[in-house]
Amino acid sequence: MSPRWGRRLGAFVFLGPGVAYLAVLLLVPLALILSYTVFRRGRFGGIVYEFTTENFSRLFDPLYLDVVLASVKLATLTTVFALLLGYPTAYLIARLPRTWKTVALVAIVLPFWTNFIIRVYAWTILLSGPGLINSALGTQLELLYNHGAIVTGLLYSYLPLMVLPLYAAIERLDPQLREASANLGASAFTTFRRVTLPLTLPGVATGCLFVFVPSFGNFVIPEILGGGRTATVGTLIRAEFLKSRDWPFGSTLALAVIVVLIVLLVIQSWVSRRG
Amino acid sequence: MSRIRYTRRLPVVVVAAGLALAVAACGGESSTDSAKPAPSAAAQLDAKADLSKQSLTVTVWPGYTPKELADKAKAKLGISKVDITEHDTNETAMTKLTTQGGESIDVAFVSGQYAQALNEQGLLEPIHAELIPNLSNLYPEATQLSYDKGNKFSVPYTWGTTGICYRSDLVKAEPKSWKDILTPPEWADKKVSMMTTERWLALPALKVLRYSVNTDKDEELAKAKELLLAAKPHVIYDDVTFGQKLQSGETVMAEAWDGWCPTTDPKKNIKFVVPSEGSDLWVDTMVIMKSSKNKEAAHALINYILDPEIHSWAATNINYKVPNKAAMDKVEKPEGSLLGISPAELLQGESIIDLGEASAKYTRLSTEVAAK
Repeated sequence: MSPRWGRRLGAFVFLGPGVAYLAVLLLVPLALILSYTVFRRGRFGGIVYEFTTENFSRLFDPLYLDVVLASVKLATLTTVFALLLGYPTAYLIARLPRTWKTVALVAIVLPFWTNFIIRVYAWTILLSGPGLINSALGTQLELLYNHGAIVTGLLYSYLPLMVLPLYAAIERLDPQLREASANLGASAFTTFRRVTLPLTLPGVATGCLFVFVPSFGNFVIPEILGGGRTATVGTLIRAEFLKSRDWPFGSTLALAVIVVLIVLLVIQSWVSRRG
Repeated sequence: MSRIRYTRRLPVVVVAAGLALAVAACGGESSTDSAKPAPSAAAQLDAKADLSKQSLTVTVWPGYTPKELADKAKAKLGISKVDITEHDTNETAMTKLTTQGGESIDVAFVSGQYAQALNEQGLLEPIHAELIPNLSNLYPEATQLSYDKGNKFSVPYTWGTTGICYRSDLVKAEPKSWKDILTPPEWADKKVSMMTTERWLALPALKVLRYSVNTDKDEELAKAKELLLAAKPHVIYDDVTFGQKLQSGETVMAEAWDGWCPTTDPKKNIKFVVPSEGSDLWVDTMVIMKSSKNKEAAHALINYILDPEIHSWAATNINYKVPNKAAMDKVEKPEGSLLGISPAELLQGESIIDLGEASAKYTRLSTEVAAK
């Protein structure tokens, strides 16, 4: 066997299982979703194999555009807050002594060890009318069932996804660059603005992508913390599949989300390459 | 009547069903909807069939039948194997039953309007009454259900209605009308929950307007939408945990299915009322799939479930009324319990029926209410 063939065989043996896994569990379902978008709705959750473009024109119905915009707004707010909170956190962790760094990173990941739904429900105990926050403050604030509650829930759930890539980016930063900047007379703020931030932009882009995408598609948090009063792309897709039995339109909405995701990925990779 | 449950199985269901569909499509079956009703003459069933050569697969909501049902039925009836599988909602059941022609399922539990829809597709075996002598245990009213008069293709398992579940200690006036939900008084602002499942979201508004809960008229639905949108700033939406919200005092009133209203709460301050404008009658039924190869065993199982000992389990354990007089006679009905609602009272409610293509109007209505 020539070395070239050996390498090919090696690639096949090592890549084969992974590629097969992705093909079966990612590409086939994606292809199915794609194919459903051009057929009609079956009365009972099935598909009628008659070609139609109606699902796509429905996407541009102001009703659904409003829902998409509402989701974009919620996800953007969440991402901005996550960045504002996540950057200083990551920065601090990166400057901690080695032992404390590990402790801090474990603390960031720790919530993921508990079931997501339970963590979201826990927020209702904190935020509800007779809940802990109101009792502690002696107030009657309406904290639950509004956009604020949804953003709080999303922020809480996805903040670690912002902190971790930012931490990785800041950690990689050569401290000598900051020292050089300071030696050349730059203030701490200028150093941050002209050295640290531009060099960690790929981390910022990755973190923003990691927070924006799940916030955009989430349906559990708007239902539990939003009291079901806010329709988002996620709640809409869920309703189309489970309540309205409209698989083709649900698939079309899912496809729209995938397209948004691809656009964001392209932006993220562009930022990373420039960084 | 677990119509809605949070499901983490959605992707699996969708992918599996999708693959099944793709396979079906390759096999030349163009559509699940194209199934034509089969010839009307039902095959004769053998009353003396050897059940030990038959096995059953049943699909049912989780926790809706006794845990030991499969083992007991096997022992009692001599059926070789009884498999109980579960579905979270009617919609998932319909997916299971229509995408594969229900071939893997013998007996299914679905709500009345879904049984009607399955029958219209020709997927159901007619009920052979001679194989189910325990049908005589049913209340006479239970044979007069509008979606299936005479129990021709379905056998009712539980029934009930939708009303207002409320905290008698936290309301300043006992609710009487659906208006109490749609235009809550100031002290109940945002402490009222409504359902989001399409048909039940529309129900309070349709009843206040004195329209049918099965209307498909655009102008009536538009008026209902106005009421629902006016209600939106003052209510929250919850199909699943409204009982817990009432118990914790987070809400004071909820649009609720009677079986889900926790009137058996130890503090005894949760009550249920059917509003003056009337409500619906929901029925969860048992059906036998036409594709089943074990129809004698399927009939025997339904007959066994109609046994008062077995059927009363639902009333005793999950607090649902059963349309079985002999079973209900055995059940204790403590004060305040909803088990005392009589069949005659229930039948005053309007049955929710399958609307076919017009159901898309309710989908749009609920999306519009959610999106505003």
